[in-house]
Amino acid sequence: MVTDFYNYWIVIALMMIGFFIVIVQGNLVKKLIGLNIFQTSVFIFYISIAKVEGGTAPILTEGVVLYSNPLPHVLILTAIVVGIATMALALSLVVRIHKAYGTIEEEELQERDHEC
Amino acid sequence: MLSHLPILQVIIPLLAAPACLLLDRGRIAWAFSCAVAIVSLAISLSLLHQVSGAGPLSYELGGWDAPWGIEYRIDLLSAYVLLVVNGVATLVLVAARSSVAAEIDEAKQPLFYVLYMLCLAGLLGIIATGDIFNVFVFLEISSLATYALIALGRDRRALWAAYQYLIVGTIGATFILVGIGFLYSLTGTLNMADLAQRLPALAESASVYAAFAFLVVGVCLKLALFPLHLWLPNAYAYAPSIVTAFLAATATKVAVYLLLRFHFSVFGASFTDPVLPLEGIFLVLGIAGVFVASIVAIFEDNIKRLFAYSSVAQIGYMVIGMGIGSATGVQATLLHLFNHALMKGALFLALAAVVYRLGGANFSHIRGLGRTMPLTMAAIVVAGLSLVGVPGTVGFITKWYLVMAAINGSHWLLVPAILLGSLLALVYVWRIVEAAYFSEPVAGTETCREAPLGLLLAMWLLVIANVYFGLDTRLPVAASDGAVRLLMGGAG
Repeated sequence: MVTDFYNYWIVIALMMIGFFIVIVQGNLVKKLIGLNIFQTSVFIFYISIAKVEGGTAPILTEGVVLYSNPLPHVLILTAIVVGIATMALALSLVVRIHKAYGTIEEEELQERDHEC
Repeated sequence: MLSHLPILQVIIPLLAAPACLLLDRGRIAWAFSCAVAIVSLAISLSLLHQVSGAGPLSYELGGWDAPWGIEYRIDLLSAYVLLVVNGVATLVLVAARSSVAAEIDEAKQPLFYVLYMLCLAGLLGIIATGDIFNVFVFLEISSLATYALIALGRDRRALWAAYQYLIVGTIGATFILVGIGFLYSLTGTLNMADLAQRLPALAESASVYAAFAFLVVGVCLKLALFPLHLWLPNAYAYAPSIVTAFLAATATKVAVYLLLRFHFSVFGASFTDPVLPLEGIFLVLGIAGVFVASIVAIFEDNIKRLFAYSSVAQIGYMVIGMGIGSATGVQATLLHLFNHALMKGALFLALAAVVYRLGGANFSHIRGLGRTMPLTMAAIVVAGLSLVGVPGTVGFITKWYLVMAAINGSHWLLVPAILLGSLLALVYVWRIVEAAYFSEPVAGTETCREAPLGLLLAMWLLVIANVYFGLDTRLPVAASDGAVRLLMGGAG
């Protein structure tokens, strides 16, 4: 039972790990790594629901009638692109935060804001 | 041509963004994006006219039939929200020139307009589309543009605010993505109208509830519903003034629209009743939001932050309307969506003028400003009174409908709560009046002049709209009434 749905358990585990890192970590880059893991779990979720048992890759071939559902693949391709754009923007924000504050630790950032 | 309006509404600002990038001077990019915004506003007016005459419009992208292809669907609700977003976006953009020139480096100004257009296209796309995955894509387009817009603020804390918003916003968007995944795996469709037909058969399936929970929490993060509002005050306070005016008047409104769309159109209003008193939760969170945010606003020293907290409180009122759940309640939500855009647009544009002349918007800056910038301060007073809900302004109309809905639904405790919330708003608006009119000016501000013409013009148009729609309520009431009937009809 558990092994039948192992990919969904992986999704849940990854999602929780990512979410936990985002909340707990004080380092801005580590937070982003957590966010990335969090998003990746959803990618796996979409790919899992697209799987049709016994189906092949959705490419027209003679003699094959059963394909995996290509639509979630396409959807998640879009979401991956969005994820990359988000990550690029977030990292460039971190670079600018580092330039402006000289640190990327959340606690130190807050201390420096209270000083002025 | 007319039949292509639903897609043109989204595609024109979307294409205008890269076109802005080719214009290397701030002034030209501003003139161009103003022209685009006006065209976009004209399209939304025409759409509202068509929809109120002939009923919902459906547009099939690329000629693919609806449940398979992506459908753009404009009904009365979306036409109404499109008009609100376009109207405010255009006025804010007209006012933007001098404020942007003062607050953003010359080299970055064309980029500012690129982001503004992208953000507008994203928001319009969310409203126009009838496909839930398309909602996610446009949500991310507008969100990414918003993060960059906030990071353009001069204060270094703007970067930190943008980063925090990015983390929260991405988690919210990912939640929405998970919800969409659940819905697709259950029904095999992404089309909202199709979903609404197929979901009742699957009611009381745990997966549908999970999908609903993910979608609602995701949208509420975007909506900044108390207690998920923590990203909002800093983002609004440190973003460039024009960005604050734009976001406060549009972004949260679109999130309210999405919540209404999911709650009423896709799932149906009574869907969660068996397992979860969602309406009760909305009521409690709405009231808590009104009180907590208003009280924090009273003790705030930075006026931009003050009005940011006030926005959280106003979102509380919109959610209370949904929580009451009756037709009048939802109509109050829709009216407040319109009215709050007018109030906050005017208030944040006035603050943009203050920041433009004085370099900041703390209470120490506005002391005695009633004498040196009389028109700007008068705008803050009138829009502030509208925020409180004084008769003769749009704020009163919202409060009236909310109280009516509360009484009709026998939510007796809500009535004093709404009135008390208005009194709290009166306290923080009075603090501003006191500083502006009854304090001696700080040395050095005596020579301060009135705001630039573009800012004044847009600000006062919004202020006049605040009073005009407070007296002549035909347009918003008729549109919201039709939209509510559509939402409730789809549910029952």
